[in-house]
Amino acid sequence: MGVTPSSVPRSGLGAGSPVPWWRNRRVIPWLVQGAVGLTVLVLVAFLLGNLIRNLTAAGLLLSWGWLIQPAGFDIAETILPFQASDPYWRGLLAGLVNTLRVVVAGLLGATLLGTLLGMASFSANALLRGLTRLYVEVVRNIPLLLQLVFWYFVVFLSLPNGTAAIQLPGVVFAKSGLYIAGFGEGLRWMGPHLVNGVWQAPLRWSVEFGALLTGLIAYSSAFIAEVVRGGIAAVPKGQWEAASSLGLSWMQTLRQVVLPQALRVIVPGLNTQYISLAKNSSLAVAVGFTDLYSVAETTLNQTGRAVEVVLVLLGTYLALDLFISLLMNGLNRLVQIRER
Amino acid sequence: MRRLTVSLLKAASAARRAAPLLILPLLLASCASEGGGVQSSKMATIKARGKLICGVDGSLPGFSFVGPDGTYSGLDVDVCKAMAAALFGDPGKVEYRNLNSSERFAALASGEVDLLSRNTTMTLSRDAAGGNALSFAPPTFYDGQGVMVPNASGIKTLKDLAGKPICVESGTTTELNLADRMREQSIPYTPLKFQTGDQTYAAYLQGRCVAVTSDRSQLAGKRSSFPTPDAHTLLPEVMSKEPLTPASVNADPVWADAVRWTVNTLFQAEELGITKANIAAKVTQARANANQADLRRFLGVEGEFGKQLGLPADFVPKIIGAVGNYGEIFDRNVGPGSRLKLDRGVNKQWKEGGLIYSPPFR
Repeated sequence: MGVTPSSVPRSGLGAGSPVPWWRNRRVIPWLVQGAVGLTVLVLVAFLLGNLIRNLTAAGLLLSWGWLIQPAGFDIAETILPFQASDPYWRGLLAGLVNTLRVVVAGLLGATLLGTLLGMASFSANALLRGLTRLYVEVVRNIPLLLQLVFWYFVVFLSLPNGTAAIQLPGVVFAKSGLYIAGFGEGLRWMGPHLVNGVWQAPLRWSVEFGALLTGLIAYSSAFIAEVVRGGIAAVPKGQWEAASSLGLSWMQTLRQVVLPQALRVIVPGLNTQYISLAKNSSLAVAVGFTDLYSVAETTLNQTGRAVEVVLVLLGTYLALDLFISLLMNGLNRLVQIRER
Repeated sequence: MRRLTVSLLKAASAARRAAPLLILPLLLASCASEGGGVQSSKMATIKARGKLICGVDGSLPGFSFVGPDGTYSGLDVDVCKAMAAALFGDPGKVEYRNLNSSERFAALASGEVDLLSRNTTMTLSRDAAGGNALSFAPPTFYDGQGVMVPNASGIKTLKDLAGKPICVESGTTTELNLADRMREQSIPYTPLKFQTGDQTYAAYLQGRCVAVTSDRSQLAGKRSSFPTPDAHTLLPEVMSKEPLTPASVNADPVWADAVRWTVNTLFQAEELGITKANIAAKVTQARANANQADLRRFLGVEGEFGKQLGLPADFVPKIIGAVGNYGEIFDRNVGPGSRLKLDRGVNKQWKEGGLIYSPPFR
């Protein structure tokens, strides 16, 4: 329709230009962006002011004094020693350590299982291929929360207890957890043993931890398998053919030719899955594992400092996920093909 | 024609650029009206809505339980019904929200529920403005924390629980009391915390923990729904005081007063011997006898108690006609008329040596 005034010269907009400022294409974008920026700033300031005003009216203005008050509750399974008389911040820290424990173990387990499954979906064995597809489709399409409840209440809590527990040399698998022999107090070698009807051993993991870890690994590995499969599929068929004409076996082709090239496609997708796993770990509360979220929930209830506790949670999970992203971005730079 | 199009389009693009500026005052206005903290009573909102939203547990036989036909029943539920009867003259005008122990205070504070009638223990930090900032009615059930174990475990006292896993619902006073009592007696134990009562008792029944701890009434209620209730025992130790109390928010004293006196109505009616069966006769009697001033004031025949609370003048007959007095509610839900068969214990009227006591209706 010729709305754009073609008479405005693209050059020569400097001093003495006949174009007024409200039609100047260098000025207008700045004005628009300035207006939008100002609107956002005013809105944010207003909402924050609103929050502070209302919290003040309700007598709930942000305060952090509760962090150093004694928590008053116990935590079942901790690496950091924690007891009820310790302050809340220590409880939250113990919860964070538990979260990190499950996240790190989950990342390793899910990567290993997911890579194997992803490779298996290219196997020449039709049965293996079919089973892999079946696993991926079943696990991927059931909500994680349901899977966790299944692992905990149906699988792990059906294990026998006490003297009826599954006993192997140096290892006991009971309803309350996994017990492994190791060096106990005074560096004495100790096997799993019953004390007052309860299993004890130097190394032990509760079934709550076990159910959460199993659920997270099973769930994430299905997604990682798909990422790995996508990465391998992205390598041109000619590479397989070239490798096999050189006499490399299937495994050698995969390990030395295909996977190194597939990695640059896999790593960005893997980053997303890792971040999801870290966030999903907060479902621990459904199976009675005391992670950061669980401790925060108790803290919130006991102190009534909802806003502060949620801020701590938000900040911690954000920092955790950003840290994972940072590592994965570093890895991504390493695996990129450098063209010479 | 072309000139007109051009100028129209120019106007349109100018308007588009100015749009954020035009929207801004609107947003500000809408936010301001929300954040201003107007001192309007919750009661006006509830009346305009036409129903009460009541937060309950929903899975606790005797207190609040959803039956097979989808209807709610229990002592906590009857408090909701009494409140609805006082407001609307109809105990059915209640919408129930099932809340777990961790959600309950946030749901109340955010206004998602009007009234929390969910076996909640009254404590200082929950009452205080610097804590959860709740406003508590009189306790409707004086409870104490207990421990339930399977008979087969052979556990007789708390000491026998040394080193053993104990199931507990997270975010409860129970969780803290357990920690306190065990610390006092230096008994090591493993707390297994779950978010909901259902998960807690499922883990207990699966044998993950050798004991479950909660309010004694709740343990008795849950036990009544177990496959084999007789296979479980409550230890004799009472670990704490648990006055279970309906709660509303501190910020609205008008609404809190209405809740408080609705609960007192249930107590007072039992003291005066007014029941669901004889309420109509009592109202007739009060109307006919001008010299029975106490009864006339209580039933709203004279005076303006209803008006002072913001309730209808006949709120007492409406409440008692709907749910009966406290004694009837107790018997029907947790007492001899129920599967729980709990003793009245300290929940007797003050005249019989119990703690149920309504301040005077004057």
